[in-house]
Amino acid sequence: MVMVIDELKKDAIRELIKNGKRDDERGFDDYREGSADVRIGKSRVIAGVKLEVVEPFPDRPNEGTLTVNADLLPTAHETFEEGPPNEESIELARVVDRGIRAAEAVDLKSLFIEEGKVWGVFVDIYTIDHDGNLLDTAALATVAALHTMKIPEYRDGKVIRENLTPKPLLTIPTQCTFVKIGKEIIIDPTYAEELVADARITYCVGDNMLYAIQKAGSGSFSKEEVISLLDKSFEKRKYLLSLLNKL
Amino acid sequence: MGGNSDMPLIVNGKRLDGRRLDELRPITIEAGVLNRATGSAYLTWGKNKVLAAVYGPREVFPKHETNLYGSIVRCRYMMAPFSTEEHGRAGPNRRSREISKVMREAFENVIIKEVYPKTAIDIYVDILEGQGSTRVAGLTAAAVALANAGIPMRDIPIGISVGKIDNQIAVDMMREEDNFGQADMPLAITPLSGEIILLQMDGKMTREEFIYALDLAYSKVNEIREKQINALREFFKKSSAAVEEENGEGSNLNGIEQEGETQDSSQETNTLDSISE
Repeated sequence: MVMVIDELKKDAIRELIKNGKRDDERGFDDYREGSADVRIGKSRVIAGVKLEVVEPFPDRPNEGTLTVNADLLPTAHETFEEGPPNEESIELARVVDRGIRAAEAVDLKSLFIEEGKVWGVFVDIYTIDHDGNLLDTAALATVAALHTMKIPEYRDGKVIRENLTPKPLLTIPTQCTFVKIGKEIIIDPTYAEELVADARITYCVGDNMLYAIQKAGSGSFSKEEVISLLDKSFEKRKYLLSLLNKL
Repeated sequence: MGGNSDMPLIVNGKRLDGRRLDELRPITIEAGVLNRATGSAYLTWGKNKVLAAVYGPREVFPKHETNLYGSIVRCRYMMAPFSTEEHGRAGPNRRSREISKVMREAFENVIIKEVYPKTAIDIYVDILEGQGSTRVAGLTAAAVALANAGIPMRDIPIGISVGKIDNQIAVDMMREEDNFGQADMPLAITPLSGEIILLQMDGKMTREEFIYALDLAYSKVNEIREKQINALREFFKKSSAAVEEENGEGSNLNGIEQEGETQDSSQETNTLDSISE
């Protein structure tokens, strides 16, 4: 049943895009409305941050650790199934993780406690509702959650969660995802647009700095396209930052 | 990717293994190295050692994954537990599953899936020794294995990595550069169309560095492609020589077939020649 509707919609969306239009009347490079916390359009993601005392990695004994996990909940979409992380959720978590890590956004050096003990920052991305572009929704949620993170006190071998110190991000990376449908490229795809997309590309950027890229899908991009989409990501950064500034 | 500046990666204008910034490590490729696989390739790229095998087109299991209108493409990239300095855990992990995914998507771009409906094409990429840029080495090998298997493709893609070390853009990142450099960017490109079918990046690059890195990657496409084409040409030369030898000892009838075979294989060579130009 769902598949039949989707197939019909696919043709309609391809036709619209070819004629320079989108299903919800947005421009090709417009984001959907949404607040900075977790919603973009009808997509909704919650990111939770938990802090635990952990052992540091042997090659970085004076730094805290960052772990990002994503769970595509079956509540979010009929195609999401219960079970261990699949390809899609692994990719989502790793792309978000890479952007934040490359930007050196989390002050990992300040998360040192004492020899052999550091704070481990655990981010869990929970997709609640899926109407496309979970990648950017998750990235925004993660950045928002990490930016408002508070560190508990650690005294005499005990974690005191009542005593919290804010630990904002050192820099705020922003992430933009584009899909290619036919010859056209649009930003922030809905679920239906993702269904008909040939290829997808995600950029994580800072001020005049590129942090991460992930291309997916069976389609291709030209050299000129990947450069112009980087420019578009820099341009859209202002808008995404304005959402996060409300925090 | 730590941007860990403790370790100098460029000394006197040379990289740790003596290369220039725009120099590839030596690459060798041999096609048709496995007995059971439909197609295969063994590649060495610097100290990387990669085995790629292709099975199919073959029946799809589990059946519900079948596509009535074309082949499904599956890809499994894996690093052997003994492939790196520290002993790794056997089997797939999060990293290898992500790489398998983007690699499969890259091959879906070039494989003409409509030719073999209801079948599966399985690509296995095994890193026997990993010394940096293994995914693009693996992809380059798998492309040869696919061609060796006779899978119809629009193009034979190449893999290449570029990155940033000691504030300079370099091509073909080796292990230390990958670990301690400032950025790493693996790509796969289809040489005939010049399109990008795999692109990942992490680290720190300005817009100008990104463009420079892209240009550097493109400038190496033909060098890598030549290795692939030569490996395939060698394979076809060897197999047509084997056919000739077999037929030479046979009856008259075989003699006639031999003529046909020789013609076919020379055509094959011509096609490859024209591609590489």
